[in-house]
Amino acid sequence: MSDPETTHLVRTRVNGEEVERVVQARQLLVHYLRDTLAMKGTHIGCDTGNCGACTVLLDGEPVKSCMMLAVQADGSELKTVESLSPAGADLSELQQAFKDQHALQCGWCTPGMLMQAKALLERDPDPDVETIRRTLKGNICRCTGYVNIVRAIQQAAGQEVTAGKPEGVRA
Amino acid sequence: MSVQDAPVATRGTVGTSVKRFEDKRLLQGQGTYSDDVEMRRMGYVHFVRSPHAHARIVSIDVSAAEAMEGVYGTLTGAEVDALCEPFTQLAPDPGSRMEDYALAVGKVRFASQPVVAVLAETRELARDAAEAVVVDYELLPASIDSLRTLDPDAPLLHEPIGSNVAYSDTYEWGDIDWALENADHVVSIDKLHFHRFSSTPLECNAAVVNWDLGTDVIEVRSNNQMPQFAAMFIGPAIGVPVSKMRFVSQDIGGAFGLKITSYPTIAACILLSRKAGRPVKWTEYRSENVGSSAHGNERTFTGIRVAVMADGTILGFDVKAFDDAGAFLRYEPLGGVIWSQVAPGCYKLKHLRVEYTQVLTNKCPVGPNRGYSRLQHLWMIERIVDVVAHELGFDPVALRKHNYPQPEDYPYETPNGCVYDSGDLPRMLDIALELLDYDGWRERQEELRAEGGGGKRIGIGIGTTLDSGTNNFGQAQIMNPHLPFSGNGEAAHVKLDLYGEVSVNLGTSPQGQGHETTAAQTVADVLGVDPATVHVHAGYDTANHAYVGFSGTYASQFAVTGLGAALGAAQKLLGEIKLVAATALGAEVDEIEVADGMARVRGDEEREIPFIGVANLVYANVAALPDEVIDQVSLNCRYVYRPPFDAPDTVRKFGNLTLTYAAQLHAAVVEIDEATGHTEILRYVAVDDCGRRINPNIVEGQVHGAAAHGIGAALHESFVYDEDSGQLLSHNFYDYHAATALDVPLVVTAEIESPSPFSPNGAKGMGEGGGAPLSTISAAIQDALGGRGATVTDSHNPSERVWRLLREGSDAPRHVEVTSR
Repeated sequence: MSDPETTHLVRTRVNGEEVERVVQARQLLVHYLRDTLAMKGTHIGCDTGNCGACTVLLDGEPVKSCMMLAVQADGSELKTVESLSPAGADLSELQQAFKDQHALQCGWCTPGMLMQAKALLERDPDPDVETIRRTLKGNICRCTGYVNIVRAIQQAAGQEVTAGKPEGVRA
Repeated sequence: MSVQDAPVATRGTVGTSVKRFEDKRLLQGQGTYSDDVEMRRMGYVHFVRSPHAHARIVSIDVSAAEAMEGVYGTLTGAEVDALCEPFTQLAPDPGSRMEDYALAVGKVRFASQPVVAVLAETRELARDAAEAVVVDYELLPASIDSLRTLDPDAPLLHEPIGSNVAYSDTYEWGDIDWALENADHVVSIDKLHFHRFSSTPLECNAAVVNWDLGTDVIEVRSNNQMPQFAAMFIGPAIGVPVSKMRFVSQDIGGAFGLKITSYPTIAACILLSRKAGRPVKWTEYRSENVGSSAHGNERTFTGIRVAVMADGTILGFDVKAFDDAGAFLRYEPLGGVIWSQVAPGCYKLKHLRVEYTQVLTNKCPVGPNRGYSRLQHLWMIERIVDVVAHELGFDPVALRKHNYPQPEDYPYETPNGCVYDSGDLPRMLDIALELLDYDGWRERQEELRAEGGGGKRIGIGIGTTLDSGTNNFGQAQIMNPHLPFSGNGEAAHVKLDLYGEVSVNLGTSPQGQGHETTAAQTVADVLGVDPATVHVHAGYDTANHAYVGFSGTYASQFAVTGLGAALGAAQKLLGEIKLVAATALGAEVDEIEVADGMARVRGDEEREIPFIGVANLVYANVAALPDEVIDQVSLNCRYVYRPPFDAPDTVRKFGNLTLTYAAQLHAAVVEIDEATGHTEILRYVAVDDCGRRINPNIVEGQVHGAAAHGIGAALHESFVYDEDSGQLLSHNFYDYHAATALDVPLVVTAEIESPSPFSPNGAKGMGEGGGAPLSTISAAIQDALGGRGATVTDSHNPSERVWRLLREGSDAPRHVEVTSR
């Protein structure tokens, strides 16, 4: 029996562009994006699938790119934070909502948060606050305490921003 | 005005929520963090780490690793020992005898300590090669418990010190013996424990380091948050001048104090870069980060005795505090004095004695963590207040109001000479209770009890804390009189560029606090331009930013020191612009005013010169200005803001230790499930007073974030070590459980503004918060336990602990005793 191959050709469509690369069989998808394709927008926060900083869309579904091998993405369509608006151009509505609501501080969780929020709004354009919070459970933010991220998603959904507002807290 | 006068803020955009200028790049994935940096010929480093808590290194064999194709080299502790001096220690003798190096030398003192560095062509190969390094250890017994490490037969971590005590001293003000003898009640608490946790920034430590063998300049593109402090430690250790170390950071993915003590590993990368003749990239894995970067200080309080009068006046307390530094000191024992910035907490306590001992154990070294060293002390005081209220039958709200300084008491001098600058705690408490619907929840609590509870209990808690900001580093001399530190300062550079553009660089190294925005607001208001036109250079760079020894972003001070520097530099530049404009327009300097990028003669619309014209006269059209003017101006203005501090009295341990004292008043309603001990936060309110807010949205964001860290720590996050093996039991985010969106309630915020009379802009540093959630949630759980229930004696109350507290019988030790006259 011959040795298993240690490299593979991976064909993906990344943010609308066809990409072909030969990669190490053990390379993680997040390292494929960051190191092989030099797309630094996607971040790594925990290596164990808890924090979601590495969240990207794989065929439209949010996945944690540190929990997948690059070879598993073969034949798939990938979308990363860089797809939301061209660098230097105007922000997308979702990005603008994050800016308006001060939903980011250090920016490390932000790419994953944006991709998770984008997937949420695509499947549920009018989510309630509890749905938003549950959706973000796999995306850890250490700066914002989540309140402003929930507000940003409310804004992006075209809702009145109510999260953490005093009128919402009565017994 | 003279450019040397103290800066005074003007108003304009300051005080408004200007949207952050740093956001666009971060939202588009265009930020530059340390791990994003690539250099030609760069290798990746992976550290071989100790699997043992305490062991002698018998031998290290790197030959198999070095023989692997694509491995560029290795570095061992023996090489480090030969090349370097140990890092400077801040401790007085005998703690100063500690020897700390870039890699373990001779023995390992905590599990996960770096032992060997391996450099290779790829991340994966470096990791494989590290596996091929063989280290032979002789196991030693480990000392894990913070109190048992003081036993005479406890395993010794650092032989030259002679014991596991790094630092100890008695801090005493007033006359606590008199107070305890004359009090109507003495409330004793045998033990309180503040647990070990960390705010775990989502970006782990990282650096790309290059020792340029041509110029001998060492470039460090790291996320260290106090780079010049790091340079002062690394320089003497490896024998290079600070001037040859260039620290650069653009975007940093959170730090919370924990990225101050990354300097030993950065030093290892520097040595490896020189040895291999290549740039070195170091990026921690999360398990490495939680195992070996820095933890917050664990502190155990014993023998607490509190003197209380019949009317509820708390006279003071006596306590022994045992702070657990882990295996190395690094920033410690500064925490041994920093708690005394808030010695009486938020109360008018007059008589205090704290016998403080910092111990060493075979655990990860501690580093400053958001609320550093004050939150432990403040939590103890809030526990004292609630225990006193509960045991003596006082209403916790009334007891607090009775003992708070009243608004007319400010500036309020504490027994140890700290000057609480301004505030109104009773009003903050009223606002918090109103927002919480305190009365409504008290009624609901009674109804629930009357109904039998249905397996649920409701508890209401209050936490009052201070975020003391802008350190007087003279306090370091209280801990060690030989340390050459006093006062504080920060630098900024504001310039008018060749075509009249305004640009700013700062000595700070922000990690999400929005410095580019608030500095732009500050400078824009002085120069009469739109903040969007002010270019604040992102991040920090030793090579072209102004800095002083204190530079960096830490310890709740940017709004005062960083913006004080930006303000002073902008005012200096304004003076120069006015001088050039007055000369050009044939007017007096004091007739010139600036607005919309123009300098004008007041009341004469015809006579004006745009900033580009001013810049032209200074940079390009220089013969047009008289020598006496051109000799005075550069349009490049550096200013160092120095807060007005005197060195403290190190014998009495007396003096003002920080310039500003922001206050946090938190209140929460929790519901406890009796079957599981699960605590659900039903309502959470945070009222903040940080003086004048430069940018209210940014302030609220900091309040939210500090609340989330405290809530996570109170209920979920804890670093526990196995007592026998010395292994950390929560080595990743599964086990550590960094707080998620479902763990943190939607915190409601409110604020009052008590401007600081001492800061140049009325602001107070506020980013850390004071750890109020830990106090608030302990109090709420205590309230839910009710009656003669168990006492909450730990700052960490996960479901299993609450479950046990609910089941403690009346025969269980209550940890509390009251003696009344």
